[in-house]
Amino acid sequence: MSTNFLRIVPTAYATDSFRVRRPQRMIERHLVAYRRQWLIVVSGFFEPLFYLLSMRAGLGDLVGSVSVGGKAVPYDAFVAPALMASSAMNGAIFDSTGNVLHRLKYARIYDAALATPMGPADVALGEIGWALIRGQLYACSFLGVMAALGLVQSWWSLLALPACALIGLAFASVGFAGTTFMRSWSDMDIVTTAMMPLFLFSATFFPTSSYGSWAWVVQISPLYHGVALVRSANAGVWTTSILAHIAVLVGLSAVALFVAARRLDSLLRK
Amino acid sequence: MDAPVHTPGTAAAVHHRRTPGALRVLSWHLAAYRRLWKVNVLASFGQPLLYLLGLGVGVGALVDKNTGSSEVLGSSSYVAFVVPGLLVTTAMALAAGESMWPVMGGLKWHRGYHGIAATPLEARDIVLGHGAWMAVRCGLATGAVAVVLAVFPDTRSWGLAPSVLVSMLVGVSFAMPIMAFSVGSEYDGAFAGIQRFVIIPLFLFGGAFYPLSQLPAAVQWVAKVAPLWHGVVVARGFTSGNVDWTGVAGHLSFVALWAVAGTAITIRRLRGKLYP
Amino acid sequence: MAEPLIVARQLVKRFGEFTAVDGIDVEVQPGEAFGFLGPNGAGKSSTMRMIGCVSPVTSGTLRLFGMDPATHGSQIRARIGVVPQLDTLDVEMSVQENLWIYGRFFDLPRAEAKRRAAELLEFAQLTDRAGSVVENLSGGMKRRLSIARSLINNPELLLLDEPTTGLDPQARHVLWDRLYRLKQQGVTLVLTTHYMDEAEQLCDRLVVMDQGRIVAEGSPRDLIERYSTREVLELRFSAGTNSDSITGVHGIGDRQELLPDRVLVYAHDGEAALAEAHARGLQPESALVRRASLEDVFLLLTGRSLAD
Repeated sequence: MSTNFLRIVPTAYATDSFRVRRPQRMIERHLVAYRRQWLIVVSGFFEPLFYLLSMRAGLGDLVGSVSVGGKAVPYDAFVAPALMASSAMNGAIFDSTGNVLHRLKYARIYDAALATPMGPADVALGEIGWALIRGQLYACSFLGVMAALGLVQSWWSLLALPACALIGLAFASVGFAGTTFMRSWSDMDIVTTAMMPLFLFSATFFPTSSYGSWAWVVQISPLYHGVALVRSANAGVWTTSILAHIAVLVGLSAVALFVAARRLDSLLRK
Repeated sequence: MDAPVHTPGTAAAVHHRRTPGALRVLSWHLAAYRRLWKVNVLASFGQPLLYLLGLGVGVGALVDKNTGSSEVLGSSSYVAFVVPGLLVTTAMALAAGESMWPVMGGLKWHRGYHGIAATPLEARDIVLGHGAWMAVRCGLATGAVAVVLAVFPDTRSWGLAPSVLVSMLVGVSFAMPIMAFSVGSEYDGAFAGIQRFVIIPLFLFGGAFYPLSQLPAAVQWVAKVAPLWHGVVVARGFTSGNVDWTGVAGHLSFVALWAVAGTAITIRRLRGKLYP
Repeated sequence: MAEPLIVARQLVKRFGEFTAVDGIDVEVQPGEAFGFLGPNGAGKSSTMRMIGCVSPVTSGTLRLFGMDPATHGSQIRARIGVVPQLDTLDVEMSVQENLWIYGRFFDLPRAEAKRRAAELLEFAQLTDRAGSVVENLSGGMKRRLSIARSLINNPELLLLDEPTTGLDPQARHVLWDRLYRLKQQGVTLVLTTHYMDEAEQLCDRLVVMDQGRIVAEGSPRDLIERYSTREVLELRFSAGTNSDSITGVHGIGDRQELLPDRVLVYAHDGEAALAEAHARGLQPESALVRRASLEDVFLLLTGRSLAD
């Protein structure tokens, strides 16, 4: 990786601040810190699994099948890719908001890192990288469960993994950027409150056709674009709209990363 | 400046006032909540309504379209079926959350419980005060949701009022055993585990979103051990108008048993922590 | 004389309208123990953060090892050690892990970082706590760990921001002993403190800061000689009568100072001053004669006591 990879803002002091040196050291720190708390990491896998099992066992019979693009899909097969996408969002958001806030304001881990040759860009990239790694672990195991339950339709499904990485990148960047504006723990309520509608109204549990003339509203949700990607991958059905979904997530990541790096610099280097 | 700020000897007279200890602790909670309620209202009141809109109405449209399902749901619409479940699970989630980190805070972080213990109040007052506070919080949150539900014809029912009371009781039945656990814990690490492995599974498998009979027998049995399902069944009886009073008495006694046992254990544990 | 390690010229730090550091000039030589003394809010920590290359300079020049923090922050930080005012230890990790992970931030090879960690545990007298999680350490141990951690990269310059604030007397002495050893090994120490005794114990040279400016500079002994008398008489009168008593002591010793809870009389001979006070019929509730300290220097220079 070039040392000038993330040189974004040309302010006087920024030349040093935005140089990327070794973000992997931040990840190394987390690996050691989580050695004591691996149970917490593992437990993150179960929440989407419980949702999937509950939907499959309980609602599967009640709903029957859902019509997607004229094709009838069993309810669990409809919900599973969406749950995979939402869990990629959830993991990325929790890693980049609560945990980051804790390290930024309370544990002051970043202050410690910045007293060394590391810079703000190392911290930001390291954190987002960590969120991605953790997210991929969950995504892989969730895909494994889907396969075991017979919900995977072809080898195309493997492309759900990079799709989840993109979702993770977008939401980790947004979460990180948002966290730099937080004043205290009580602001975390805003995060949970904002995620709930995304989780429920991104064509996760019922198709966009259910919204009737309000279907366009769903497009505002970034998660919707992620769900669409994972669903396409799982079904092995590709249309040009895929490009639009990817563009939305990439654009969101770029903007959020920019904001995050800038804010982090001004917060840590007062 | 030289006015007397301290009049020794008047403390004993104050001691003769007799506001019950639990109520004094409750007013402590209320005072602290006055600064927080605005943010809190959004979370504890907005979330159930979003779930109702997403799962109740959205998924409900799919369910109601499926002709076979009305038999399973007892011929009610899916939204009407979900409403009581949502009220009771809201109370469960709220009471569980408020009985973990805030309780540890009172003992270890801001140490408010130690502050209370230095006054004439005792462990028992703190525990009962917490229970009363949880009843109030659950009543406020589910009550607000019920008021909104009463606006729409699909969900309007006289049964909403007793359902709020049931939710308060279920809230307390979760708050007290979890408080016992929190008081006994040294670290907050296990709290996330309780959320993930107790509260969320109960939310999903506790009979709120579909009849328990949809699930395998073993899962049903586990779900019935916790107070949630009993509360949901009673509340659903009220909102659907099919009240079986002996059933109500049985279910609610079971729920109350959890609350009482949790309270007793918490008092004992807290006493040990505050006055070692 | 060798090239100075730190050179600051007309150094200014502003936060919006507020000027924290208002044009200070400082030079620190290699091997020196240099102190910034002043009350809270004097601008010590802001100065330290600029020197630590984590806070951009508003105006003026700052050079460390001849390099500019604005362009060579990372290279400079590789050669210094920082003990911040509030510990930034990783409380989720063990004592040992704290040390070597921090070494990895300096890009030390893992084996080297672990070897160095073991040495520093010994130095900080924490070897038997190597596996403990930081959360369970006492305040003094945490501080020692912070110092050990700041040494992981064998720094030439060690920055200590209020190293002993909040510690009990015994823990402070243990810490001073460790710092004194470092000084003997030729590490340059720059520290801030609002404790007079700490400055007198550790610093070869210090500056007194007040409201962002340097108001005096010299060795502790110099400053006391220059700005104070040899002894100080402290008189305590019964509540509320302090301010009346100041007129009573007028003319005793070289100078008198009224504090909220006591009256100070600066005199070459404190006992003689006390005798004169008694002769005038003053009846203090308690009286104490002591040697003058940097506290008195500060009071004289700023008209305020350090506790304000």
